[in-house]
Amino acid sequence: MPPLAQRNLFHDKVRLTVTLTGIVFSVVLIVVQLGLFLGFTTATSNLIDHSGADLWITSKNVPYVEQGVAFSERKLNQVRAVPGVADAQKIIAHWTQWKRHDGGQESVQVVGFNVDDPLERPWNLVEGRVEDLKSPDAVIMDELYKQKLGVTRVGEVFEIGGYRARVVGFTRGIRSFTTSPYVFTSFKNAQDFTNMREDQTLFILVKVAPGVSVEQVRRALLDRVKDVDVLTNAQFSHMTTFYWMFTTGAGVAVLIAAVLGLVVGFVVVAQTIYATTMDHIREFGTLKAMGAPNSYVYKVIMKQAAISAVIGYVLGMIVSVFVVHGSEKGGAAILMPMPMAIGMFFLTLTMCVGAALVSINKVTRIDPAMVFKG
Amino acid sequence: MQAAIAVRDLKKQYDEGAAGTLALRGVDLDVVPGELLMLVGPSGSGKTTLLSIMGCILTATSGSVRVAGREVVGLRENELPALRLEHIGFVFQGFNLFPTLTAGENVELMLDLKGASATKARKRSRELLEQVGLAGKYESFPADLSGGQKQRVAIARALAGDPGIILADEPTAALDSHTGRNVMEMMTELAHQRGRAVVIVTHDSRVLGFADRIVKIEDGAIAAPETEPISSRPHRCQMPEAALSLI
Repeated sequence: MPPLAQRNLFHDKVRLTVTLTGIVFSVVLIVVQLGLFLGFTTATSNLIDHSGADLWITSKNVPYVEQGVAFSERKLNQVRAVPGVADAQKIIAHWTQWKRHDGGQESVQVVGFNVDDPLERPWNLVEGRVEDLKSPDAVIMDELYKQKLGVTRVGEVFEIGGYRARVVGFTRGIRSFTTSPYVFTSFKNAQDFTNMREDQTLFILVKVAPGVSVEQVRRALLDRVKDVDVLTNAQFSHMTTFYWMFTTGAGVAVLIAAVLGLVVGFVVVAQTIYATTMDHIREFGTLKAMGAPNSYVYKVIMKQAAISAVIGYVLGMIVSVFVVHGSEKGGAAILMPMPMAIGMFFLTLTMCVGAALVSINKVTRIDPAMVFKG
Repeated sequence: MQAAIAVRDLKKQYDEGAAGTLALRGVDLDVVPGELLMLVGPSGSGKTTLLSIMGCILTATSGSVRVAGREVVGLRENELPALRLEHIGFVFQGFNLFPTLTAGENVELMLDLKGASATKARKRSRELLEQVGLAGKYESFPADLSGGQKQRVAIARALAGDPGIILADEPTAALDSHTGRNVMEMMTELAHQRGRAVVIVTHDSRVLGFADRIVKIEDGAIAAPETEPISSRPHRCQMPEAALSLI
């Protein structure tokens, strides 16, 4: 077949630029909106997803991780006594106030954990070590929030909840969904920073022994430990995400923006591909008059759409990578994991081919007699 | 001799307006192989409608149209493209070349539709361009060709399908008289030397002298009488007086 589809696309550089701009715009728009949605969703349950635990034990009816209610830490011994529990640790995740050098205060979320245990440790450390948190008053925070909290370097001393706090390290990319940055510290420090009684904790994290059913241990814990909820990591993560994304205005706004991004992206691609096909409607009429079956015409149109999709996707992803990279240092993360990047290819292809199908419907109804009209 | 196209009591009504428009009112016409027939008449008389129906790109309301011996009235729309591809070549007033393809590729497109391999199509395309005097223009895009050259590419494309019937709609309207004459000489050769049935719709009085027969359409019907066949006339490029009286 003579390269009609390719030539139709590449012959008119202006038209090609318009077509590809439309597709690139759509790809970037969808990546940004879905990436923001993914970024926000991930941020809501960061602590839970990176905890390394199999089960979370909370007070009754705690809806999400930021809303933990204190309970007696004596339950920790009851938990450890349950068969199948390999490890159990107390955890605090609670809001308190960070006092900057200039006297200003910022809300932060203190995360207190057992520094000698692998559960709920800070990840992506770029400066300092988790073991440095063994020092009294030591804290680790994310470099994203240096400016917000007035921190410039390791070793600086601040005040958290009226207690002395010294920055011993920085993480990278641990965002909080709320405006309160996470501050990691030892469990003991966290009790002080949040003014919690020494015999209390907010959560107990459980690691189940290898080969033992998580569900089986969860039921056993529910039987033996009273007045608590026992949730799998996935359940608690889902509950927290659901709370932030669907019961707060912010989450719904991000979700609506993501849906709108998809719709607008599809409409732009549809309009672009449709216009490109319509530009050649007379030629398709000629093809039909010459005796080409509809399938031949469809093949040309679909090929045009597929080529546009591939080029538009590649260019769109190049732009998206820059946008995603640029967002890493911003307050709102745009995430683009590999499955999403691959999914975007098929989405772009589907959008272009779908739009081509709309124009095919128009081409099918061309009156071949149009070729005789001047 | 069997007619390449045989039209009997052909009627065509367009469903426009409350009563519809009767574009053809019972046309009878035969076109035989080797004949160059011209359809003339005022705008809106039904010439192009008749050409479209004979070309199987428009369906008739009633009557009979036999193309290469096959009745086409009553065929489903999806059966018509194969008939067009098999038996009919078109030449259009506006050339209707694919602007993004070279002259050679425009011809190859028809060969591709006919199922020729890429190698054969390329070879045959070059031969056909050579036959219409465009041997060196294989790689040229339509935008780089003159009107006459474009029309010759269109003729080469029409011939690529090796059709028994060539239908042309105002093939010289966009050309100067010299180029128009060249194109008409080519059409005449197709009819007389190669035995094609050639039907041309035209308003161009300069080319009527090339016709073997001129049929005037008026208000959707053939206006009697048809002109005498003029293929035996010695000065074929002269406009016959009988023909002049028809336009």
